[in-house]
Amino acid sequence: MAGDVILEAKGLTKEFRGFVAVKDVDLQVRRGTIHALIGPNGAGKTTCFNLLTKFLTPTRGRITFNGHDITHAKPADIARMGLVRSFQISAVFPHLTVLENVRIALQRKRGASFDFWRSERVLDSFNERAIELIDAVGLSDYVHAVAVELPYGRKRALEIATTLALDPEMMLLDEPMAGMGHEDIDRIAALIKKVSVNRTVLMVEHNLSVVANLSDTITVLTRGQVLAEGDYASISKNPEVQQAYMGSGDA
Amino acid sequence: MTTAAYQIDAPAKTTTLTHQYVAFGIMTAFFVVAPIFIYPVFLMQALCFALFACAFNLLIGYVGLLSFGHAMFLGTAGYISAHAAKVWGFPPELAILTGTAASALLGVLAGALAIRRQGIYFAMITLALAQMIYFFALQAPFTGGEDGIQAVPRGIMFGFLDLSNQMTLYWVVLAIFLFGFLLIYRIVHSPFGQVLKAIRENEQRATSLGYKTDHYKLIAFVLSAALSGLAGATKAIVFQLASLTDVHWTMSGEVVLMTLLGGLGTIFGPVAGAFIIIAMQNYLAQFGQWVTIIQGLIFVVCVLAFRRGVIGELGRYLKKPL
Ligand SMILES: Nc1ncnc2c1ncn2[C@@H]1O[C@H](COP(=O)(O)OP(=O)(O)OP(=O)(O)O)[C@@H](O)[C@H]1O
Ligand SMILES: [Mg+2]
Repeated sequence: MAGDVILEAKGLTKEFRGFVAVKDVDLQVRRGTIHALIGPNGAGKTTCFNLLTKFLTPTRGRITFNGHDITHAKPADIARMGLVRSFQISAVFPHLTVLENVRIALQRKRGASFDFWRSERVLDSFNERAIELIDAVGLSDYVHAVAVELPYGRKRALEIATTLALDPEMMLLDEPMAGMGHEDIDRIAALIKKVSVNRTVLMVEHNLSVVANLSDTITVLTRGQVLAEGDYASISKNPEVQQAYMGSGDA
Repeated sequence: MTTAAYQIDAPAKTTTLTHQYVAFGIMTAFFVVAPIFIYPVFLMQALCFALFACAFNLLIGYVGLLSFGHAMFLGTAGYISAHAAKVWGFPPELAILTGTAASALLGVLAGALAIRRQGIYFAMITLALAQMIYFFALQAPFTGGEDGIQAVPRGIMFGFLDLSNQMTLYWVVLAIFLFGFLLIYRIVHSPFGQVLKAIRENEQRATSLGYKTDHYKLIAFVLSAALSGLAGATKAIVFQLASLTDVHWTMSGEVVLMTLLGGLGTIFGPVAGAFIIIAMQNYLAQFGQWVTIIQGLIFVVCVLAFRRGVIGELGRYLKKPL
Protein backbone atom coordinates (compact mmCIF):
# COMPACT_ATOMS: atom_id res chain seq x y z
CA MET A 1 0.00 0.00 0.00
CA ALA A 2 2.76 2.38 -0.74
CA GLY A 3 1.25 5.50 -2.18
CA ASP A 4 2.08 9.15 -1.88
CA VAL A 5 -0.01 11.38 0.34
CA ILE A 6 -3.05 12.85 -1.42
CA LEU A 7 -4.65 14.69 1.48
CA GLU A 8 -2.76 16.03 4.44
CA ALA A 9 -3.78 18.04 7.47
CA LYS A 10 -1.27 19.53 9.87
CA GLY A 11 -2.14 20.89 13.30
CA LEU A 12 -5.81 21.12 12.36
CA THR A 13 -7.76 22.86 15.11
CA LYS A 14 -11.33 24.10 15.34
CA GLU A 15 -12.75 26.02 18.24
CA PHE A 16 -16.41 26.85 18.66
CA ARG A 17 -16.58 29.78 21.04
CA GLY A 18 -13.91 28.41 23.31
CA PHE A 19 -14.92 24.76 22.93
CA VAL A 20 -12.22 22.85 21.08
CA ALA A 21 -13.97 20.32 18.81
CA VAL A 22 -10.83 19.37 16.86
CA LYS A 23 -7.41 19.79 18.39
CA ASP A 24 -4.07 19.61 16.64
CA VAL A 25 -5.02 16.82 14.29
CA ASP A 26 -2.34 15.56 11.93
CA LEU A 27 -3.73 13.35 9.22
CA GLN A 28 -2.19 11.83 6.15
CA VAL A 29 -4.31 9.96 3.66
CA ARG A 30 -2.36 7.93 1.12
CA ARG A 31 -3.47 7.80 -2.47
CA GLY A 32 -5.52 4.80 -3.50
CA THR A 33 -6.36 3.66 0.03
CA ILE A 34 -9.51 3.41 2.07
CA HIS A 35 -8.88 5.33 5.24
CA ALA A 36 -11.35 5.17 8.12
CA LEU A 37 -11.88 7.78 10.77
CA ILE A 38 -13.50 6.30 13.85
CA GLY A 39 -14.26 7.44 17.36
CA PRO A 40 -17.06 7.81 19.87
CA ASN A 41 -19.95 10.22 19.37
CA GLY A 42 -18.91 13.82 19.52
CA ALA A 43 -15.26 12.97 18.88
CA GLY A 44 -15.06 15.56 16.14
CA LYS A 45 -15.22 13.36 13.05
CA THR A 46 -17.86 15.36 11.21
CA THR A 47 -16.13 18.57 12.20
CA CYS A 48 -12.94 17.19 10.66
CA PHE A 49 -14.82 16.45 7.46
CA ASN A 50 -16.26 19.94 7.43
CA LEU A 51 -12.78 21.37 7.85
CA LEU A 52 -11.24 19.20 5.17
CA THR A 53 -13.97 20.09 2.67
CA LYS A 54 -14.01 23.76 3.68
CA PHE A 55 -17.56 23.82 4.99
CA LEU A 56 -15.86 25.14 8.11
CA THR A 57 -12.77 27.31 8.35
CA PRO A 58 -10.11 25.93 10.68
CA THR A 59 -9.05 28.06 13.63
CA ARG A 60 -5.49 26.86 13.05
CA GLY A 61 -3.73 24.41 10.84
CA ARG A 62 -2.99 23.70 7.22
CA ILE A 63 -4.59 21.41 4.68
CA THR A 64 -3.05 20.30 1.41
CA PHE A 65 -4.67 18.29 -1.34
CA ASN A 66 -2.48 16.91 -4.09
CA GLY A 67 0.23 19.29 -2.93
CA HIS A 68 -1.99 22.37 -3.19
CA ASP A 69 -2.67 24.38 -0.09
CA ILE A 70 -6.46 24.39 0.24
CA THR A 71 -6.67 25.87 3.73
CA HIS A 72 -8.45 28.94 2.40
CA ALA A 73 -10.28 27.51 -0.61
CA LYS A 74 -14.07 27.54 -0.99
CA PRO A 75 -16.14 24.35 -0.73
CA ALA A 76 -17.29 24.47 -4.36
CA ASP A 77 -13.66 24.83 -5.49
CA ILE A 78 -12.61 21.79 -3.48
CA ALA A 79 -15.24 19.74 -5.25
CA ARG A 80 -13.95 20.97 -8.58
CA MET A 81 -10.45 19.87 -7.62
CA GLY A 82 -11.73 16.33 -7.18
CA LEU A 83 -12.41 16.12 -3.45
CA VAL A 84 -16.10 15.35 -3.00
CA ARG A 85 -17.93 14.62 0.22
CA SER A 86 -21.17 13.12 1.37
CA PHE A 87 -23.07 14.12 4.49
CA GLN A 88 -23.90 12.32 7.72
CA ILE A 89 -27.58 13.01 7.13
CA SER A 90 -28.51 11.68 3.73
CA ALA A 91 -28.11 14.40 1.16
CA VAL A 92 -30.23 13.92 -1.91
CA PHE A 93 -32.35 16.44 -3.78
CA PRO A 94 -35.65 15.18 -2.35
CA HIS A 95 -38.18 16.35 -4.92
CA LEU A 96 -36.14 15.50 -7.98
CA THR A 97 -36.16 12.05 -9.51
CA VAL A 98 -33.28 9.61 -9.12
CA LEU A 99 -32.25 10.32 -12.70
CA GLU A 100 -32.33 14.08 -12.14
CA ASN A 101 -30.33 13.75 -8.93
CA VAL A 102 -27.49 12.02 -10.73
CA ARG A 103 -27.71 14.35 -13.71
CA ILE A 104 -27.19 17.38 -11.50
CA ALA A 105 -23.74 16.01 -10.76
CA LEU A 106 -23.01 15.00 -14.35
CA GLN A 107 -24.14 18.39 -15.54
CA ARG A 108 -21.31 20.01 -13.58
CA LYS A 109 -18.91 18.79 -16.25
CA ARG A 110 -20.46 21.23 -18.71
CA GLY A 111 -18.83 23.94 -16.65
CA ALA A 112 -21.11 26.61 -15.27
CA SER A 113 -24.72 25.95 -16.24
CA PHE A 114 -25.80 29.55 -16.53
CA ASP A 115 -27.57 29.01 -19.85
CA PHE A 116 -31.13 29.75 -18.81
CA TRP A 117 -32.23 30.25 -22.40
CA ARG A 118 -31.48 26.68 -23.47
CA SER A 119 -33.86 23.73 -23.14
CA GLU A 120 -33.11 21.15 -20.49
CA ARG A 121 -33.21 18.59 -23.28
CA VAL A 122 -29.51 19.24 -23.77
CA LEU A 123 -29.12 17.33 -20.51
CA ASP A 124 -30.57 14.19 -22.07
CA SER A 125 -27.10 13.47 -23.38
CA PHE A 126 -26.18 12.60 -19.79
CA ASN A 127 -28.97 10.04 -19.40
CA GLU A 128 -26.96 7.09 -20.55
CA ARG A 129 -24.12 7.71 -18.14
CA ALA A 130 -26.60 8.50 -15.36
CA ILE A 131 -28.39 5.21 -15.86
CA GLU A 132 -25.08 3.32 -15.79
CA LEU A 133 -24.34 4.88 -12.42
CA ILE A 134 -27.85 4.19 -11.16
CA ASP A 135 -27.49 0.55 -12.21
CA ALA A 136 -24.14 0.34 -10.47
CA VAL A 137 -25.66 1.21 -7.10
CA GLY A 138 -28.61 -1.14 -7.63
CA LEU A 139 -31.29 1.47 -8.24
CA SER A 140 -32.30 0.38 -11.76
CA ASP A 141 -35.91 -0.05 -10.69
CA TYR A 142 -36.12 3.46 -9.34
CA VAL A 143 -34.82 5.59 -12.21
CA HIS A 144 -37.91 7.80 -12.31
CA ALA A 145 -38.85 7.56 -8.65
CA VAL A 146 -38.79 10.79 -6.68
CA ALA A 147 -35.87 10.67 -4.27
CA VAL A 148 -37.90 11.53 -1.18
CA GLU A 149 -39.95 8.37 -1.65
CA LEU A 150 -36.96 6.01 -1.59
CA PRO A 151 -36.29 3.91 1.50
CA TYR A 152 -33.38 5.17 3.58
CA GLY A 153 -30.79 2.68 2.34
CA ARG A 154 -31.64 3.51 -1.27
CA LYS A 155 -31.22 7.19 -0.60
CA ARG A 156 -27.69 6.57 0.59
CA ALA A 157 -27.06 4.52 -2.53
CA LEU A 158 -28.35 7.39 -4.64
CA GLU A 159 -26.06 9.75 -2.81
CA ILE A 160 -23.08 7.56 -3.66
CA ALA A 161 -24.15 7.39 -7.30
CA THR A 162 -24.38 11.18 -7.36
CA THR A 163 -20.93 11.55 -5.80
CA LEU A 164 -19.49 9.02 -8.23
CA ALA A 165 -20.96 10.94 -11.13
CA LEU A 166 -18.31 13.59 -10.55
CA ASP A 167 -15.68 10.86 -10.86
CA PRO A 168 -13.81 12.36 -7.91
CA GLU A 169 -10.22 11.54 -7.23
CA MET A 170 -11.08 11.35 -3.55
CA MET A 171 -14.37 10.72 -1.74
CA LEU A 172 -15.18 11.60 1.85
CA LEU A 173 -18.08 9.57 3.17
CA ASP A 174 -19.61 10.52 6.51
CA GLU A 175 -21.26 7.40 7.99
CA PRO A 176 -22.48 6.01 4.67
CA MET A 177 -24.15 3.09 6.45
CA ALA A 178 -25.75 4.76 9.43
CA GLY A 179 -29.31 3.60 9.95
CA MET A 180 -29.11 0.77 7.42
CA GLY A 181 -30.16 -2.85 7.70
CA HIS A 182 -27.69 -5.72 7.21
CA GLU A 183 -28.53 -6.28 3.59
CA ASP A 184 -28.00 -2.64 2.68
CA ILE A 185 -24.77 -2.51 4.66
CA ASP A 186 -23.33 -5.43 2.74
CA ARG A 187 -24.33 -3.93 -0.58
CA ILE A 188 -22.94 -0.50 0.17
CA ALA A 189 -19.73 -2.00 1.58
CA ALA A 190 -19.25 -3.96 -1.61
CA LEU A 191 -19.98 -0.84 -3.59
CA ILE A 192 -17.43 1.23 -1.71
CA LYS A 193 -14.86 -1.50 -2.25
CA LYS A 194 -15.67 -1.50 -5.94
CA VAL A 195 -15.52 2.24 -6.47
CA SER A 196 -12.36 2.63 -4.41
CA VAL A 197 -10.35 1.23 -7.28
CA ASN A 198 -8.29 4.12 -8.66
CA ARG A 199 -9.71 6.36 -5.98
CA THR A 200 -9.02 7.39 -2.44
CA VAL A 201 -11.73 7.09 0.18
CA LEU A 202 -11.82 8.66 3.62
CA MET A 203 -14.81 7.48 5.59
CA VAL A 204 -16.35 7.88 9.00
CA GLU A 205 -18.06 4.71 10.12
CA HIS A 206 -19.33 3.35 13.41
CA ASN A 207 -19.81 -0.20 12.21
CA LEU A 208 -16.47 -1.74 13.16
CA SER A 209 -16.84 -4.91 11.13
CA VAL A 210 -17.28 -2.78 8.03
CA VAL A 211 -14.26 -0.74 9.00
CA ALA A 212 -12.25 -3.91 9.62
CA ASN A 213 -13.12 -5.31 6.22
CA LEU A 214 -12.74 -2.22 4.12
CA SER A 215 -10.04 0.02 5.43
CA ASP A 216 -6.33 0.00 4.90
CA THR A 217 -5.69 2.55 7.61
CA ILE A 218 -7.70 3.61 10.63
CA THR A 219 -7.39 6.78 12.59
CA VAL A 220 -9.05 6.90 15.99
CA LEU A 221 -10.28 10.25 17.21
CA THR A 222 -11.39 11.04 20.75
CA ARG A 223 -12.28 14.44 22.13
CA GLY A 224 -10.98 16.07 19.00
CA GLN A 225 -7.56 14.47 19.17
CA VAL A 226 -5.89 11.59 17.37
CA LEU A 227 -5.62 8.70 19.79
CA ALA A 228 -4.11 6.08 17.52
CA GLU A 229 -3.50 5.23 13.92
CA GLY A 230 -2.73 2.01 12.09
CA ASP A 231 -4.33 -1.03 10.51
CA TYR A 232 -7.26 -2.79 12.13
CA ALA A 233 -5.17 -5.44 13.86
CA SER A 234 -2.97 -2.96 15.66
CA ILE A 235 -5.83 -0.57 16.45
CA SER A 236 -8.04 -3.25 17.96
CA LYS A 237 -5.24 -4.38 20.27
CA ASN A 238 -4.47 -0.87 21.45
CA PRO A 239 -5.53 -0.63 25.11
CA GLU A 240 -6.17 3.11 24.92
CA VAL A 241 -8.55 2.60 22.03
CA GLN A 242 -10.31 -0.19 23.83
CA GLN A 243 -10.73 2.02 26.84
CA ALA A 244 -12.00 4.98 24.86
CA TYR A 245 -14.65 2.81 23.29
CA MET A 246 -15.57 1.08 26.54
CA GLY A 247 -15.62 4.35 28.40
CA SER A 248 -18.14 5.92 26.08
CA GLY A 249 -20.19 2.74 25.88
CA ASP A 250 -19.89 2.79 22.13
CA ALA A 251 -19.26 -0.07 19.71
CA MET B 1 -30.18 -3.09 -20.85
CA THR B 2 -29.36 0.44 -19.83
CA THR B 3 -30.59 1.85 -23.11
CA ALA B 4 -33.78 -0.20 -22.86
CA ALA B 5 -34.62 1.33 -19.50
CA TYR B 6 -34.07 4.76 -20.95
CA GLN B 7 -36.22 4.16 -24.01
CA ILE B 8 -39.15 2.86 -22.00
CA ASP B 9 -39.17 5.96 -19.92
CA ALA B 10 -38.58 8.49 -22.64
CA PRO B 11 -42.29 8.80 -23.63
CA ALA B 12 -43.28 9.44 -20.01
CA LYS B 13 -41.04 12.48 -19.99
CA THR B 14 -42.58 13.82 -23.18
CA THR B 15 -46.13 13.57 -21.83
CA THR B 16 -45.24 15.61 -18.76
CA LEU B 17 -44.44 18.44 -21.09
CA THR B 18 -47.35 17.86 -23.46
CA HIS B 19 -50.02 18.58 -20.86
CA GLN B 20 -48.28 21.82 -20.00
CA TYR B 21 -48.39 22.79 -23.68
CA VAL B 22 -52.12 22.03 -23.66
CA ALA B 23 -52.60 24.15 -20.55
CA PHE B 24 -50.62 26.94 -22.19
CA GLY B 25 -52.84 26.69 -25.29
CA ILE B 26 -55.97 27.00 -23.17
CA MET B 27 -54.59 29.99 -21.28
CA THR B 28 -53.55 31.78 -24.47
CA ALA B 29 -56.87 31.06 -26.17
CA PHE B 30 -58.65 32.49 -23.14
CA PHE B 31 -56.66 35.72 -23.30
CA VAL B 32 -57.32 36.05 -27.02
CA VAL B 33 -61.10 35.84 -26.68
CA ALA B 34 -61.40 37.37 -23.19
CA PRO B 35 -61.62 41.04 -24.29
CA ILE B 36 -64.92 40.20 -26.01
CA PHE B 37 -66.65 39.66 -22.69
CA ILE B 38 -64.28 41.11 -20.09
CA TYR B 39 -63.34 44.76 -19.73
CA PRO B 40 -59.87 45.05 -21.39
CA VAL B 41 -58.50 47.47 -18.78
CA PHE B 42 -59.17 44.91 -16.09
CA LEU B 43 -57.50 42.22 -18.21
CA MET B 44 -54.44 44.39 -18.78
CA GLN B 45 -54.14 45.13 -15.09
CA ALA B 46 -54.43 41.43 -14.29
CA LEU B 47 -51.87 40.51 -16.96
CA CYS B 48 -49.33 42.96 -15.53
CA PHE B 49 -49.79 41.52 -12.06
CA ALA B 50 -49.72 37.99 -13.44
CA LEU B 51 -46.31 38.66 -14.94
CA PHE B 52 -45.19 40.23 -11.68
CA ALA B 53 -46.35 37.17 -9.72
CA CYS B 54 -44.68 34.78 -12.19
CA ALA B 55 -41.41 36.68 -11.80
CA PHE B 56 -41.73 36.54 -8.04
CA ASN B 57 -42.52 32.83 -8.19
CA LEU B 58 -39.32 32.20 -10.12
CA LEU B 59 -37.48 33.11 -6.92
CA ILE B 60 -39.65 31.62 -4.21
CA GLY B 61 -40.90 28.61 -6.14
CA TYR B 62 -37.75 27.52 -7.92
CA VAL B 63 -34.90 28.82 -5.78
CA GLY B 64 -36.70 28.86 -2.44
CA LEU B 65 -35.89 32.51 -1.73
CA LEU B 66 -38.71 34.53 -0.15
CA SER B 67 -38.28 38.16 -1.11
CA PHE B 68 -40.41 40.56 0.82
CA GLY B 69 -39.40 43.59 -1.18
CA HIS B 70 -40.34 42.81 -4.74
CA ALA B 71 -42.42 45.98 -4.99
CA MET B 72 -39.13 47.87 -5.37
CA PHE B 73 -38.64 46.30 -8.79
CA LEU B 74 -42.23 46.80 -9.91
CA GLY B 75 -42.26 50.40 -8.70
CA THR B 76 -38.79 51.48 -9.82
CA ALA B 77 -39.40 50.30 -13.36
CA GLY B 78 -42.75 52.09 -13.28
CA TYR B 79 -41.19 55.40 -12.28
CA ILE B 80 -38.28 55.14 -14.69
CA SER B 81 -40.40 54.20 -17.68
CA ALA B 82 -43.02 56.85 -16.86
CA HIS B 83 -40.28 59.46 -16.55
CA ALA B 84 -38.62 58.27 -19.76
CA ALA B 85 -41.88 58.43 -21.70
CA LYS B 86 -43.07 61.71 -20.26
CA VAL B 87 -39.95 63.82 -19.70
CA TRP B 88 -37.44 62.34 -22.10
CA GLY B 89 -40.07 61.66 -24.74
CA PHE B 90 -39.01 58.05 -25.25
CA PRO B 91 -41.27 55.88 -27.43
CA PRO B 92 -43.08 53.24 -25.33
CA GLU B 93 -40.84 50.30 -26.28
CA LEU B 94 -37.72 52.22 -25.19
CA ALA B 95 -39.42 53.54 -22.06
CA ILE B 96 -40.37 50.00 -21.04
CA LEU B 97 -36.89 48.74 -21.83
CA THR B 98 -35.30 51.52 -19.78
CA GLY B 99 -37.55 50.78 -16.81
CA THR B 100 -36.81 47.06 -17.05
CA ALA B 101 -33.08 47.71 -17.23
CA ALA B 102 -33.27 49.96 -14.18
CA SER B 103 -34.94 47.19 -12.19
CA ALA B 104 -32.38 44.67 -13.40
CA LEU B 105 -29.62 46.97 -12.19
CA LEU B 106 -31.37 47.44 -8.87
CA GLY B 107 -31.65 43.64 -8.79
CA VAL B 108 -27.87 43.30 -9.10
CA LEU B 109 -27.32 45.66 -6.17
CA ALA B 110 -30.08 44.30 -3.95
CA GLY B 111 -29.19 40.72 -4.86
CA ALA B 112 -25.52 41.18 -4.05
CA LEU B 113 -26.51 42.38 -0.58
CA ALA B 114 -29.27 39.88 0.13
CA ILE B 115 -28.25 36.64 -1.54
CA ARG B 116 -25.82 35.43 1.10
CA ARG B 117 -28.48 35.52 3.79
CA GLN B 118 -30.88 32.67 4.37
CA GLY B 119 -34.58 32.41 5.16
CA ILE B 120 -36.03 35.17 7.27
CA TYR B 121 -32.84 37.28 7.01
CA PHE B 122 -33.14 37.29 3.26
CA ALA B 123 -36.76 38.45 3.55
CA MET B 124 -35.77 41.16 6.05
CA ILE B 125 -32.98 42.57 3.89
CA THR B 126 -35.16 42.70 0.80
CA LEU B 127 -37.87 44.41 2.85
CA ALA B 128 -35.39 46.95 4.23
CA LEU B 129 -34.05 47.74 0.77
CA ALA B 130 -37.58 48.12 -0.57
CA GLN B 131 -38.38 50.56 2.24
CA MET B 132 -35.35 52.62 1.24
CA ILE B 133 -36.62 52.73 -2.33
CA TYR B 134 -40.05 53.75 -1.03
CA PHE B 135 -38.66 56.69 0.92
CA PHE B 136 -36.53 57.65 -2.03
CA ALA B 137 -39.63 57.63 -4.24
CA LEU B 138 -41.46 59.72 -1.66
CA GLN B 139 -38.69 62.35 -1.44
CA ALA B 140 -37.03 62.46 -4.86
CA PRO B 141 -38.16 65.42 -6.97
CA PHE B 142 -38.76 63.52 -10.21
CA THR B 143 -41.22 60.98 -8.76
CA GLY B 144 -43.87 63.55 -7.91
CA GLY B 145 -44.21 62.51 -4.25
CA GLU B 146 -47.78 61.68 -3.23
CA ASP B 147 -49.11 62.49 -6.73
CA GLY B 148 -46.76 60.19 -8.59
CA ILE B 149 -46.04 60.71 -12.28
CA GLN B 150 -49.37 61.29 -13.99
CA ALA B 151 -50.56 61.61 -17.56
CA VAL B 152 -47.77 59.48 -18.97
CA PRO B 153 -48.14 59.42 -22.74
CA ARG B 154 -48.74 55.96 -24.19
CA GLY B 155 -47.22 56.91 -27.49
CA ILE B 156 -46.69 54.87 -30.61
CA MET B 157 -44.81 51.61 -30.32
CA PHE B 158 -42.19 50.77 -32.96
CA GLY B 159 -43.48 53.76 -34.88
CA PHE B 160 -46.72 52.09 -36.01
CA LEU B 161 -48.63 50.64 -33.03
CA ASP B 162 -50.80 53.44 -31.66
CA LEU B 163 -51.24 52.54 -28.00
CA SER B 164 -54.01 55.06 -27.46
CA ASN B 165 -56.18 52.47 -29.21
CA GLN B 166 -57.33 50.21 -26.41
CA MET B 167 -57.30 46.95 -28.35
CA THR B 168 -53.84 47.62 -29.81
CA LEU B 169 -52.67 48.28 -26.27
CA TYR B 170 -54.28 45.03 -25.13
CA TRP B 171 -52.47 42.94 -27.76
CA VAL B 172 -49.16 44.58 -26.86
CA VAL B 173 -49.70 43.88 -23.16
CA LEU B 174 -50.68 40.29 -23.93
CA ALA B 175 -47.57 39.87 -26.09
CA ILE B 176 -45.35 41.23 -23.31
CA PHE B 177 -46.99 38.94 -20.78
CA LEU B 178 -46.60 35.89 -23.00
CA PHE B 179 -42.97 36.77 -23.67
CA GLY B 180 -42.27 36.99 -19.93
CA PHE B 181 -44.25 33.87 -19.17
CA LEU B 182 -42.48 31.78 -21.81
CA LEU B 183 -39.10 33.11 -20.75
CA ILE B 184 -39.80 32.00 -17.17
CA TYR B 185 -40.97 28.63 -18.43
CA ARG B 186 -37.75 28.29 -20.35
CA ILE B 187 -35.63 29.35 -17.38
CA VAL B 188 -37.34 26.79 -15.17
CA HIS B 189 -36.81 24.07 -17.76
CA SER B 190 -33.21 24.88 -18.63
CA PRO B 191 -29.93 23.40 -17.40
CA PHE B 192 -29.70 26.54 -15.24
CA GLY B 193 -33.19 25.94 -13.86
CA GLN B 194 -32.21 22.40 -12.99
CA VAL B 195 -29.36 23.71 -10.82
CA LEU B 196 -31.75 26.22 -9.23
CA LYS B 197 -34.05 23.39 -8.22
CA ALA B 198 -31.10 21.50 -6.78
CA ILE B 199 -30.17 24.58 -4.72
CA ARG B 200 -33.77 24.89 -3.52
CA GLU B 201 -33.79 21.24 -2.53
CA ASN B 202 -30.43 21.07 -0.79
CA GLU B 203 -28.01 23.94 -1.10
CA GLN B 204 -25.19 22.29 0.85
CA ARG B 205 -25.28 19.28 -1.38
CA ALA B 206 -25.22 21.47 -4.49
CA THR B 207 -22.15 23.20 -3.07
CA SER B 208 -20.47 19.90 -2.29
CA LEU B 209 -20.98 18.92 -5.92
CA GLY B 210 -19.01 21.98 -6.94
CA TYR B 211 -21.73 24.51 -7.72
CA LYS B 212 -21.08 28.08 -6.66
CA THR B 213 -24.62 28.52 -5.46
CA ASP B 214 -24.36 32.27 -4.84
CA HIS B 215 -23.76 32.89 -8.54
CA TYR B 216 -26.85 30.92 -9.50
CA LYS B 217 -29.00 32.60 -6.89
CA LEU B 218 -27.84 36.04 -7.95
CA ILE B 219 -28.61 35.43 -11.62
CA ALA B 220 -32.07 34.11 -10.69
CA PHE B 221 -32.60 37.16 -8.50
CA VAL B 222 -31.66 39.55 -11.29
CA LEU B 223 -33.88 37.74 -13.79
CA SER B 224 -36.77 37.92 -11.35
CA ALA B 225 -36.10 41.62 -10.72
CA ALA B 226 -35.92 42.39 -14.44
CA LEU B 227 -39.16 40.56 -15.20
CA SER B 228 -40.90 42.27 -12.27
CA GLY B 229 -39.59 45.49 -13.77
CA LEU B 230 -41.01 44.58 -17.16
CA ALA B 231 -44.41 44.14 -15.47
CA GLY B 232 -44.10 47.47 -13.65
CA ALA B 233 -42.96 49.39 -16.72
CA THR B 234 -45.79 47.98 -18.82
CA LYS B 235 -48.27 48.80 -16.09
CA ALA B 236 -47.07 52.42 -15.98
CA ILE B 237 -47.64 52.81 -19.71
CA VAL B 238 -51.06 51.11 -19.56
CA PHE B 239 -52.36 53.20 -16.68
CA GLN B 240 -50.34 56.27 -17.65
CA LEU B 241 -49.32 56.48 -14.03
CA ALA B 242 -46.45 55.65 -11.71
CA SER B 243 -47.30 56.02 -8.06
CA LEU B 244 -46.23 55.17 -4.52
CA THR B 245 -48.70 52.25 -4.39
CA ASP B 246 -46.38 50.21 -6.56
CA VAL B 247 -43.35 50.65 -4.30
CA HIS B 248 -45.28 50.30 -1.06
CA TRP B 249 -44.59 47.27 1.14
CA THR B 250 -48.22 46.17 0.82
CA MET B 251 -47.50 45.53 -2.87
CA SER B 252 -44.66 43.22 -1.84
CA GLY B 253 -47.15 41.42 0.36
CA GLU B 254 -49.79 41.25 -2.34
CA VAL B 255 -47.50 39.42 -4.74
CA VAL B 256 -46.78 36.87 -2.01
CA LEU B 257 -50.55 36.36 -1.64
CA MET B 258 -51.09 35.99 -5.37
CA THR B 259 -48.38 33.38 -5.63
CA LEU B 260 -49.50 31.41 -2.57
CA LEU B 261 -53.11 31.52 -3.65
CA GLY B 262 -52.35 30.30 -7.15
CA GLY B 263 -49.74 27.73 -6.18
CA LEU B 264 -46.14 28.17 -5.20
CA GLY B 265 -43.68 26.63 -7.62
CA THR B 266 -46.29 25.94 -10.29
CA ILE B 267 -46.00 27.46 -13.74
CA PHE B 268 -49.62 28.61 -14.05
CA GLY B 269 -50.42 29.23 -10.40
CA PRO B 270 -49.21 32.84 -10.14
CA VAL B 271 -51.31 33.79 -13.18
CA ALA B 272 -54.45 32.35 -11.59
CA GLY B 273 -53.56 33.91 -8.24
CA ALA B 274 -53.07 37.35 -9.78
CA PHE B 275 -56.42 37.14 -11.59
CA ILE B 276 -58.26 36.10 -8.45
CA ILE B 277 -56.76 38.87 -6.32
CA ILE B 278 -57.25 41.58 -8.95
CA ALA B 279 -60.83 40.42 -9.61
CA MET B 280 -61.53 40.48 -5.90
CA GLN B 281 -60.17 43.99 -5.56
CA ASN B 282 -62.23 45.21 -8.49
CA TYR B 283 -65.50 43.57 -7.59
CA LEU B 284 -65.21 44.11 -3.89
CA ALA B 285 -64.35 47.78 -4.34
CA GLN B 286 -68.02 48.62 -3.67
CA PHE B 287 -67.63 47.44 -0.08
CA GLY B 288 -65.17 50.26 0.60
CA GLN B 289 -63.21 49.80 3.80
CA TRP B 290 -64.31 46.19 4.06
CA VAL B 291 -62.29 45.05 1.03
CA THR B 292 -59.21 44.24 3.06
CA ILE B 293 -61.15 42.25 5.60
CA ILE B 294 -63.16 40.32 3.00
CA GLN B 295 -59.96 39.73 1.04
CA GLY B 296 -58.28 38.48 4.20
CA LEU B 297 -61.14 36.11 4.94
CA ILE B 298 -61.23 34.72 1.43
CA PHE B 299 -57.51 34.28 1.60
CA VAL B 300 -57.67 32.39 4.88
CA VAL B 301 -60.40 30.12 3.52
CA CYS B 302 -58.45 29.47 0.32
CA VAL B 303 -55.24 28.68 2.14
CA LEU B 304 -57.07 26.28 4.45
CA ALA B 305 -58.99 24.63 1.62
CA PHE B 306 -56.25 24.60 -1.02
CA ARG B 307 -52.94 24.31 0.71
CA ARG B 308 -51.04 23.98 -2.53
CA GLY B 309 -52.89 26.88 -4.07
CA VAL B 310 -55.67 26.66 -6.62
CA ILE B 311 -53.49 25.44 -9.47
CA GLY B 312 -51.32 23.33 -7.20
CA GLU B 313 -54.41 21.43 -6.05
CA LEU B 314 -55.73 21.12 -9.58
CA GLY B 315 -52.41 19.69 -10.74
CA ARG B 316 -52.47 17.24 -7.86
CA TYR B 317 -56.01 16.21 -8.74
CA LEU B 318 -55.04 15.67 -12.40
CA LYS B 319 -51.78 14.03 -11.26
CA LYS B 320 -49.87 16.33 -13.58
CA PRO B 321 -47.74 19.28 -12.49
CA LEU B 322 -49.17 22.50 -13.96
N1 LIG C 1 -21.31 24.38 14.85
C1 LIG C 1 -20.96 23.95 16.08
N2 LIG C 1 -20.99 24.80 17.14
C2 LIG C 1 -20.65 24.37 18.37
N3 LIG C 1 -20.25 23.12 18.66
C3 LIG C 1 -20.21 22.22 17.66
C4 LIG C 1 -20.55 22.59 16.33
N4 LIG C 1 -20.41 21.50 15.53
C5 LIG C 1 -20.01 20.51 16.34
N5 LIG C 1 -19.86 20.94 17.60
C6 LIG C 1 -19.40 20.12 18.75
O1 LIG C 1 -18.17 19.55 18.40
C7 LIG C 1 -18.10 18.23 18.89
C8 LIG C 1 -17.74 17.29 17.77
O2 LIG C 1 -18.87 17.15 16.93
P1 LIG C 1 -18.87 16.26 15.60
O3 LIG C 1 -20.19 16.41 14.96
O4 LIG C 1 -17.67 16.59 14.79
O5 LIG C 1 -18.72 14.80 16.22
P2 LIG C 1 -18.75 13.41 15.49
O6 LIG C 1 -17.50 12.74 15.83
O7 LIG C 1 -19.08 13.56 14.05
O8 LIG C 1 -19.96 12.71 16.25
P3 LIG C 1 -21.06 11.66 15.73
O9 LIG C 1 -20.44 10.33 15.79
O10 LIG C 1 -22.17 11.83 16.71
O11 LIG C 1 -21.45 12.08 14.36
C9 LIG C 1 -19.41 17.92 19.57
O12 LIG C 1 -19.26 18.09 20.97
C10 LIG C 1 -20.34 18.96 19.02
O13 LIG C 1 -21.32 19.30 19.97
MG1 LIG D 1 -20.62 13.01 12.83
